Amino acid sequence: MATQPIDQFAKRLHPDTKAAVYDGSKQGHDKRTQVLFDHFPDPDRLRRIAGEIKQHVVENLDTYLPQVEARLQAHGVTVHWAATAEAANAAVLAIMRSRGATRMVKSKTMVSEETGLGPFLEKNGIECVETDLGEFIVQIDHDQPSHIVKPIIHKNRRQIAASFERHGLGAYDDDPQTITRRARQHLRGKYLAADVGLTGANFVSAESGRLVVVTNEGNSRFCLAAPACHIAMVGIEKILPRDRDLGLFLNLLARSGTGQQLTVYTEFISGPRSPGQPDGPEEMHVIFVDNGRTDVLASSCRDILRCIRCGACLNVCPVYRQASGHAYRSVYPGPVGAVLSPLLAGEDFATLADLPRASTLCGACHEVCPVDIPIPDLLLRLRDRAKQEGVPSPGTPPMGVWALLASRPAAWRAALFGGKLINHLPVTLVPVPALRSWAGNHALPEWRGGAFRTWLKDRRTK
Amino acid sequence: MNESARVFPDAARRVQLMATCLCDAFYDDVARATVEVLEFLGCTVEFPDGQTCCGQPAFNGGDWPSSRRVVRHAMRAFAGDVPVVVPSASCAAMARHGALLAFENEGDQGDQGDQGDQSEIRALGRRTWELADFIVHALGVTTWPGRYEARVALHRACHARGTRSSEAMQTLLGSIAGLTIVPVGEGEQCCGFGGTFSVSFPNISSSMGALKLEHIRAARPDILVSGDMSCLMHLCGLAGKAGEPIKGLHFVQLLRDALQNNGVL
Repeated sequence: MATQPIDQFAKRLHPDTKAAVYDGSKQGHDKRTQVLFDHFPDPDRLRRIAGEIKQHVVENLDTYLPQVEARLQAHGVTVHWAATAEAANAAVLAIMRSRGATRMVKSKTMVSEETGLGPFLEKNGIECVETDLGEFIVQIDHDQPSHIVKPIIHKNRRQIAASFERHGLGAYDDDPQTITRRARQHLRGKYLAADVGLTGANFVSAESGRLVVVTNEGNSRFCLAAPACHIAMVGIEKILPRDRDLGLFLNLLARSGTGQQLTVYTEFISGPRSPGQPDGPEEMHVIFVDNGRTDVLASSCRDILRCIRCGACLNVCPVYRQASGHAYRSVYPGPVGAVLSPLLAGEDFATLADLPRASTLCGACHEVCPVDIPIPDLLLRLRDRAKQEGVPSPGTPPMGVWALLASRPAAWRAALFGGKLINHLPVTLVPVPALRSWAGNHALPEWRGGAFRTWLKDRRTK
Repeated sequence: MNESARVFPDAARRVQLMATCLCDAFYDDVARATVEVLEFLGCTVEFPDGQTCCGQPAFNGGDWPSSRRVVRHAMRAFAGDVPVVVPSASCAAMARHGALLAFENEGDQGDQGDQGDQSEIRALGRRTWELADFIVHALGVTTWPGRYEARVALHRACHARGTRSSEAMQTLLGSIAGLTIVPVGEGEQCCGFGGTFSVSFPNISSSMGALKLEHIRAARPDILVSGDMSCLMHLCGLAGKAGEPIKGLHFVQLLRDALQNNGVL
């Protein structure tokens, strides 16, 4: 019987990769649980409050976006609106060209992964260097990130040491400190030579127009400090109503994402350098990216726009742990990706319509989500949508006959008693492919259809 | 769902039993134990004969029209106003939450006759109780008067996540004389069943099951206990196929056997 693409991918996964993903995600989840429950008596309440705030933002974007634009402009920031990935990339290129810039340093941003900014700039003759260590390794390996927060969760340090050696960053040495020191040395020169620094934003306050960027390596700070121009590429859903909401969200983001109380670096950016400031970029641009988000907003899955990209749902997901992020064939893997990726695919929904099926609907993702997104419900809605749009689903048993039996009591009872046949048939002859497939790795229980009903009837007549 | 909006049993303790399709087809002893335990607690158990399935297989499988067809049938089969008790957190979740989702675009006019409108579904949801939740929170029973000498590993079905069912099960089993509940690692992780998932993702499903079995075996229990036969069918099926069978029991079988061991039943 046919099986799903993600299942086939998991089957072929190298044991080293599987072990790296499993250990990395389990560790992430365990740390999250510990730090969250150590510090807060009722973290679930915080998750629910944060979810309500983000849902409020998502449903009032039409009010908040112009407000943010006005605040940013008042701070001397040039604001751009990009409806598509292409428009966002083109806006970055236009800014670079207007300054005669050819070198960019870039801190980690998922939205730039979405738009494929790095490869696009390289194609247009611009050097674009990833400065987050994980993203840097992805870049030199021509690989893809496999996790939202830990892009190289699928690699172990031996593989990373080999990549560094290949890239001419010193002889093989898999000591993590050596690897980090070498990357640091290499990147210093890149920061100093760069014309433009690009970051994302984890949050944007509608009240003050402040951008907030969190990192652990300090690379975003370097991207802001050295180059004369700062570009921030930001998804339109990144807004929070007030500065004081940051107290809640920064607490939840660090704890959910990396199990930290607070990330090592938290930047608050209000605009380009003001006349009195000794350093900082002289020019600042914010590019707000839609790239399918308003379509998501119009769908029954708009709750997914609350997501703050912490990766907690990936870490806890048993399917992600078995399959790895690359199995999802898209920028966003795991439970959040299984909802977001097919939606962002727009007209190509069908090509990723299998992603929402890659879940037992166990609900662990919902339970850990810092903004309380009911991910299983959204996965189910997308399964329904795929079926309605006639997207084939390999290995999913057809339900028509079952529905027919289960809505006719007489037929159901007949099937219960008749089903006893399977106790006597070799399983290869059972005319139900799903059952044959199930029997491939399970011992079958004895069919005792109707036995309870008979017992009950006998008992009542006595 | 708001707990205060739930339908509690009246003084006569009349209940309708939803036996579940799995117990109807494979695990008749679980349904029998449910009847015996509820009767021991003074309930009058009705078994609506027209019942089939809660509609979840098609709902999870993405075939919502088929699911709605079965949910409509379940609404007819379980007509009335007494609590519906089901020995499965999974079927209870379908009645209380999944069915509403399946009908979210079907209108709420209440004038669609056979179309099964949302308020009717909501009413059935409010009446539906998972068995352990019912015994502890509807009947107020928190200690069990039986004896059962065994070390048991308690597997929490994912549909009991965030509900009061697993805590209720712990309370009841924990009070049985002679019984020890052994802790199992990574209890928040799913066993890998997931309905049709286990068929269309056989590799991931069985890997998840193998991991779960590893944690269970490490705890060296005599019996694996759960409130859902679907998880047990998967885990015991995997273990059996691998030639290392484990004994699985529904918690209500344990409650019933504990009473029998003490000569109460």
